[in-house]
Amino acid sequence: MDATVDGMRTGSALPISEAKGTGAVSDPIFVGLLWASGIFVLVLLGLIIAELFMGGLPALQHFGLEFVWSSAWNPVTENYGALVQIYGTLFSAVIAVVVALPLSFGIAFFLTEIAPPALKRPIGVAVQLLAAVPSIIFGMWGFFVIVPLMAAYVQPPLIDTFGQLPIIGLLFQGPPLGSGMFTAGLILAVMILPFITAMFVETLESVPPMLKESAYGVGGTTYEVYKNVSVPYGRTAMVGAVMLGLGRALGETMAVTFVIGNANRLSASLFAPGATIASTIANEFPEAPIGSLKLTSLLQLGFILFVISFIVLAVSRALVRSRMD
Amino acid sequence: MTSAVDPTFNLASSVAAKPDAPVAPVKLKVEGLQFYYGQNHALKNINFDIPEKRVTAMIGPSGCGKSTLLRVFNRMYDLYPGQRAEGQVLFDGVNIVGKELDSTVVRSRIGMVFQKPTPFPMSIYDNIAFGVRLHEKLNKAQMDERVEWCLRKAAIWDETKDRLNTSALGMSGGQQQRLCIARTIAVRPEVILLDEPTSALDPISTSKIEDLIDELKREFTIVIVTHNMQQAARCADITAFFYLGELIEVAPSDVIFTNPKEIKTRDYITGRFG
Repeated sequence: MDATVDGMRTGSALPISEAKGTGAVSDPIFVGLLWASGIFVLVLLGLIIAELFMGGLPALQHFGLEFVWSSAWNPVTENYGALVQIYGTLFSAVIAVVVALPLSFGIAFFLTEIAPPALKRPIGVAVQLLAAVPSIIFGMWGFFVIVPLMAAYVQPPLIDTFGQLPIIGLLFQGPPLGSGMFTAGLILAVMILPFITAMFVETLESVPPMLKESAYGVGGTTYEVYKNVSVPYGRTAMVGAVMLGLGRALGETMAVTFVIGNANRLSASLFAPGATIASTIANEFPEAPIGSLKLTSLLQLGFILFVISFIVLAVSRALVRSRMD
Repeated sequence: MTSAVDPTFNLASSVAAKPDAPVAPVKLKVEGLQFYYGQNHALKNINFDIPEKRVTAMIGPSGCGKSTLLRVFNRMYDLYPGQRAEGQVLFDGVNIVGKELDSTVVRSRIGMVFQKPTPFPMSIYDNIAFGVRLHEKLNKAQMDERVEWCLRKAAIWDETKDRLNTSALGMSGGQQQRLCIARTIAVRPEVILLDEPTSALDPISTSKIEDLIDELKREFTIVIVTHNMQQAARCADITAFFYLGELIEVAPSDVIFTNPKEIKTRDYITGRFG
């Protein structure tokens, strides 16, 4: 009996200076893996930026900074510029935001304030599912459904009526092809709608109930409370949400390539075919031999898109965060 | 014991018994009021009168229904499906519970100030003008006048007159709460509901608000919910004690705090539970 107790008492046979903790080997490995995962992201991003920059450098050296504002894109004379693509990218993304914004406002406010619980879930899920539709599906839907509809029913009356007006008329010129900037913007709008809406819902739900009640308390109606209290309260975060949507619209490739018309042309008209950076790269990459000036120009386009997206994302992050603080 | 209020207790004559208090007509008359949060029966057959241009305090432990009653008075429960009221609350003899009256109309006559200051995210001036614009069309000069009027009434004009166009969010907590009171007054309501208006404030701001309540009762009927019994004793002419959704006792404050009829009331105000 005594022996057992003694044995228990002296359970640690080793002096403390020689004892090893249970995690002596495994824990450093685990911590090491965590470090590796974290560093991996940085390295990967750094490599992508470096690769894009190095790949596009020859084009920049050949054309100079003029590459950015030259509208040329001629494989025969080997003359390339980014202006048409940059313009198309920004124009279609802006159309998308302009179309998606009011809809997102409506859906988000309906979901947070008005919708009966029985309807809240189905609509919320539907909005989320919209985000899960692959972009190629949107592309096909746009090409086979929206483009013919636009060509037959939407564009002709718009061109006939607004096309005659001064200044505004410039937006409504050209033949009703169906495809083009406006159609691309519409498709993009549907694609970014779920993201903007989800962030709007989050913002509106963060408005303190007591603040809304005070506004109702002085006799405000639903609309007045929304316009004067809820939206101003979440203003910065909402601008951030719009910028995030804009960022997504800038880089979207497949759906846009289907419906934008892929023409290397600058036009103020909403209905003119055009090209975005992403659609140009998708279209031209297979025909760009390794080491050619075309390939390096495409890589340079990619680098420009990266810079634009980075700026938009940085601005949106800054705005969203400023609200959270 | 749905209501242990002494049926012979005559509010008007009790108030009149105080030397500085002439007979006050009834502003809000609560009759057989029941309130439900879904299945939860939160107010059980409440009957009592709130006299005009007096301060009526509602006290009781958390969950006793006093805040709920306040939210019935300005129809705040309308915003939430599943909450419903039965019975009557007569405002100058007109029932305001139910769908006959538009809730925005009720709320413009019966304003509310909340536990925490809730300045809107806009300038001090616009905080006041927001509510006024909802109900009246005033030109710039009239609006300026209204803003000054209610800021003076809320005893905050001197602190704000030079910064009317700066954001209300930059004010101190006590200033914000007085701004919220000014904002409520600006709509020119007849009744002002105060839901623990000083619970988030320091003692100095609290005493300013209490002085203000004393000022305001000359023109407005005031109903205040408070957890602070000294506050009720200091500010209120009438005090009502609620417990578990029932009105236990209502009487002039000096009676309630010195010689309550009900044992529950005495236990609560002497701190034996709550």
